[in-house]
Amino acid sequence: MHEVDMTKCLLLSLQEWKQQHQPQVPSVEVVHLQVGDFTCVEPDALVFTWGALVNGTWLAGSELRIERTPLLARCLPCGASYSPSQGQAYRSPCCDHPMEEILSGRELRIRSIEYSLPEQGNSPPAADSVVPRQSRGRDLVAGARS
Amino acid sequence: MHMPLEDTLGLNLLAANQHQAEHNHEHFDAWRLLCLNLMSSPGAGKTSLLERSLAQLSNEFAMAVLEGDMTTQLDAERLEAVGVPVVPITTGRACHLDAAMVSGGLKLLRQRLDPTSLDLLWVENVGNLVCPAEFEVGEHKKVALLSVTEGDDKPLKYPVMFREADCVLITKIDLLPYLPVAVERIEDHIRQVNPRCSVIRVSASSGVGLDSWHAWLRATHAAQCPSPVPATAKPQPSPPTLVNA
Ligand SMILES: Nc1nc2c(ncn2[C@@H]2O[C@H](COP(=O)(O)OP(=O)(O)OP(=O)(O)O)[C@@H](O)[C@H]2O)c(=O)[nH]1
Ligand SMILES: [Mg+2]
Ligand SMILES: [Zn+2]
Ligand SMILES: [Zn+2]
Repeated sequence: MHEVDMTKCLLLSLQEWKQQHQPQVPSVEVVHLQVGDFTCVEPDALVFTWGALVNGTWLAGSELRIERTPLLARCLPCGASYSPSQGQAYRSPCCDHPMEEILSGRELRIRSIEYSLPEQGNSPPAADSVVPRQSRGRDLVAGARS
Repeated sequence: MHMPLEDTLGLNLLAANQHQAEHNHEHFDAWRLLCLNLMSSPGAGKTSLLERSLAQLSNEFAMAVLEGDMTTQLDAERLEAVGVPVVPITTGRACHLDAAMVSGGLKLLRQRLDPTSLDLLWVENVGNLVCPAEFEVGEHKKVALLSVTEGDDKPLKYPVMFREADCVLITKIDLLPYLPVAVERIEDHIRQVNPRCSVIRVSASSGVGLDSWHAWLRATHAAQCPSPVPATAKPQPSPPTLVNA
């Protein structure tokens, strides 16, 4: 059930991203997420609800791809990294130290978005056009758009 | 024709909630109050603990509660009986409070009182050990409750909640004699995933541990809202040398 709320929140976050392209409406092909194993998110459920929720919205037809990151912790006394066995034990096997520093696994990140913009002019976005997957890297912060 | 593009974002998936949470947080800071988010599985004892703490602390702190009980107004009614303003938050059927819901609750709260007069704002989250851990509402501290009747494996099975908590209360410890559970094991499991949080054993029934819990509260409040005048809300004779600002 909470994946629906997660997805709704994700959609709102993407809405914020969309505003930056106004007045153009980006046609989104793939949204890449990074979801850590040490979060409350079930990736399969997220993909499922995505399919249902984007229907009929500006994100219709887009795909959600999720890259999982494993839980990795660092043992404080000796500095070694280790993979806790989730649900069972979180102490370090080397020094029996509690899980202090988490190196990876807490990610809940929208990593990147593959999309296209209607070329100049004010032609309405053609949501049905097929675009080659090959995309160029864009830095959102720079906001450059050629 | 379309141009294929790719934006590298690194944006939080829950960024929309995060922004609203930051907004709430700014209000809390401006109002100079401490906001605590109480989370647990259903029935772990959030409302019972609040009843005790509100009653015992009402001379010391000006308080209000945002109540996220998902099914009924019952919890809100129980707490109003103590004489502290309670604003029920409508969650629909959500399994957690999010920052926008709390923002809605704050609007209602402000219709009833001046938030700058508050020292402590409690948020009782929806009973759920999973997603409330990921949805910040703008709180300063997270308090997780775990009752001894839930068994000792919960911190291992729902580690994110206990990892995120600043304080974990082991509740209903009056029931320990009747249960095949060792509280030391519960504590060890909490420590495995979160060696830094405070862990306090309490019972809302017997009152055991409430002193330690309230000591944590006082220290946390003092750290969050350092007051130039010592404990203004306290019913103490004011030092004669102090002049009202
Ligand atoms: N023995 C004992 N029972 C308790 C204690 N605290 C709460 N209970 C009982 O546990 C049940 C649930 O308590 P609540 O305070 O309603 O729990 P809650 O976490 O607010 O529940 P929800 O808001 O529905 O998630 C009630 O029947 C309480 O009487 C305690 O310290 N000892
Ligand atoms: Mg309750
Ligand atoms: Zn080690
Ligand atoms: Zn939820």
